[in-house]
Amino acid sequence: MNLKKTFLPLINPLSKDNPVIVQVLGICSALAVTAKMEPAIVMTISVTAVLAFANVIISLLRNTIPTSIRIIVQLVVVAALVVIVDQVLKAYNYEVSKALSVFIGLIITNCIIMGRLEAFAMTNRPWPAFLDGIGNGLGYGIILIIVSFFRELLGSGTIFGMQIIPASWYEAGYQNNGLMILPPMALIVVGCIIWAHRAKNKDLQE
Amino acid sequence: MNRQSNTYTVIYSVVLVLLVGVLLSVVYQVLRPKQEENIANDTKRQILAAALITPTSGESIGDLYSEHITDSFLVNDKGDKVDSDVNAFDVNVANEVKKNADQRLLPVFICKTEAGIKYIIPVYGAGLWGPIWGYIAFDSDGDTIYGAYFAHQGETPGLGAEIEKPAFSNQFKGKEIFSNDGAFQSVKVVKNGQEPSEGAYVHAISGGTITSQGVQRMLQNSLEPYTSFFKKLNEGKEQNK
Repeated sequence: MNLKKTFLPLINPLSKDNPVIVQVLGICSALAVTAKMEPAIVMTISVTAVLAFANVIISLLRNTIPTSIRIIVQLVVVAALVVIVDQVLKAYNYEVSKALSVFIGLIITNCIIMGRLEAFAMTNRPWPAFLDGIGNGLGYGIILIIVSFFRELLGSGTIFGMQIIPASWYEAGYQNNGLMILPPMALIVVGCIIWAHRAKNKDLQE
Repeated sequence: MNRQSNTYTVIYSVVLVLLVGVLLSVVYQVLRPKQEENIANDTKRQILAAALITPTSGESIGDLYSEHITDSFLVNDKGDKVDSDVNAFDVNVANEVKKNADQRLLPVFICKTEAGIKYIIPVYGAGLWGPIWGYIAFDSDGDTIYGAYFAHQGETPGLGAEIEKPAFSNQFKGKEIFSNDGAFQSVKVVKNGQEPSEGAYVHAISGGTITSQGVQRMLQNSLEPYTSFFKKLNEGKEQNK
């Protein structure tokens, strides 16, 4: 029982308190980076890393931060972490860094991060805050990966850039759905996921 | 100490910002060599793409580049080689194309391919939203285009951004930039169904009019200063026959 309570911040955001489909945060970037699976996974790792470290740092500082500038302090910490992630990507995964370009910088404005810092890290000890960061990052990532799986499969016929739909289908008249590549379909896929999720978790229905 | 006082708040923010500043500059310094190598490799990949050489997976761009690009040098608008301490690879083409033709440093890359020696010329211009650039590979007659590569910073996806697709750049293969009487005429980018009164042309991108016009202007502006160089190349070839 105690163990379960300790890991609640890690497990809860994966489904019952998912940042994207339940808290409805970070929708914007979920539309932008999900046309292909690889950027979606890099974005997941980046957001998880930034969120976990920002949560820990803010949690450590929480008793020293002057209330009047706490949002600014949170922003400085997040911005510094995002710049580090951007620099590391430029050095070690240049291709993906080019594909994600501006979206890495925009992690700063991802509502999930500021939301978790304000709601959780400011009032909790570092270890639960770390778990909460990882949990919310992964919860965000699960949705990103599901959405990008459908968008890449139906939109480009590939998974991780490898051809999945056989050439014989194309010869028989099958065509990739160009609309899947465009942002509106991401919203519709997210909507379908919310539908399925609510149907299973009746207590979330309003 | 009173954590709500102004003094505390000011000191806190100054210390925090200083710490973050130092941290970021250290990270930048540590990672910079690796980042510069990545950017150089990306440029090498683009140069090779103009000569229709693409690395297979696992192949190092650096090796492929040194294997194919046998020489690179700078010429002036008279077509003569210039001695300069600047390496042709390091010339910032974006700055050069703004100068008058007689003051430009014009980089030339010599590429050994299966189809013989090719001359690769960098081009640079403006699209709709930002810069566009590319590399054009010429046959050793200094006239016929062997291959082309175009890239852009932020053209509209699906419209102007299509210039980076092979469907667009492959059109340039075999086009001649000089007319039969030897006048420079570049390659025109015209709308489907139209035809310029003279000279080689390719089809523009539907819906990407400004970008397509940008490509045409870029080719005109970037290739014209090479006229003398290409002519000398062509004459040299005639004499060798």
